[in-house]
Amino acid sequence: MADDDSERLRVLTDMNRRFERMVPHNRALNLEVLALEHARATFRLPYDRKLIGNPETGVLHGGAITAAMDAACGTAVFQALPRPMVIATLDLRIDYLKPATPPRDITIRAHCYKVTRSVAFVRGLAFHDDESDPIASGTGSFMLGTTTTRRAPESE
Amino acid sequence: MNRVIERIAAAKRSGEVSRLVEAVPYASFMGISAVVVEGELLGRLQFADHLIGNPMLPALHGGVIGALLESTAIFQLMWETEAILLPRTITLTVDYLRSGRAVDTFARGVLTRQGRRVACVRVDAWQDDRSRPIAVASAHFLIETAEMPGPTPSESDT
Repeated sequence: MADDDSERLRVLTDMNRRFERMVPHNRALNLEVLALEHARATFRLPYDRKLIGNPETGVLHGGAITAAMDAACGTAVFQALPRPMVIATLDLRIDYLKPATPPRDITIRAHCYKVTRSVAFVRGLAFHDDESDPIASGTGSFMLGTTTTRRAPESE
Repeated sequence: MNRVIERIAAAKRSGEVSRLVEAVPYASFMGISAVVVEGELLGRLQFADHLIGNPMLPALHGGVIGALLESTAIFQLMWETEAILLPRTITLTVDYLRSGRAVDTFARGVLTRQGRRVACVRVDAWQDDRSRPIAVASAHFLIETAEMPGPTPSESDT
């Protein structure tokens, strides 16, 4: 059991490092991986004054929650894939259920509930502590196995 | 009257749309601004390294494009309606059509429906070529306008 735990910790630490190194915008948001399981990912978006959308209330901008939702949903898809593949967001819908409470951190939990040959389907919830009292919900689909080639300056 | 409203009113009076985003920390963090180009109100996302989601391509983070689309819709609402409070996003649906390259991105919002409480806005985002959008969005907002008629049950507003 102890080995399992240390292995899990190692994977999580590795994932966090890779995240920091690989995805500049996640790093800019200080997004943190809290947990990874099969087809599931949990992230924390720490409250930060630079992310405020309404300066009168201190409530975070929806864009920060959208970005965190996109990141969590994409990671949940990765966790569901049989082998590593490049993925691309096809669409993402966010429902804002209630304003986030400043200055509390936000947790985002995403679950990839279906993977087909070309497309993965995922949903997520953003909340403070209590998943039954959500701030936002997200639904997305991702294309699987998109190309990884670095594009030429003028091509698409 | 609150300060956001005073800011919007001042922006409308002076015609300086850039004042719409003054004092919004998230807009400065992202490099999102409102600009008028050939008479059109556009949202502009100035490229910066911290907006990248996939450094291999490189490509903009999907959430960053979503943030530009949502902000542009809000600019359009503040500009076009008599909203007395900041519009509150109910739903935002983004279709990603092409990956966003490491250059500036522009967006244009069109108010498709305004009811008493809800407004619907469609937004397109593009980079060099407006006829090749990188993403489109549809969003619903709760708005509060200066003239709030009493409830008229026969009138649908959604």
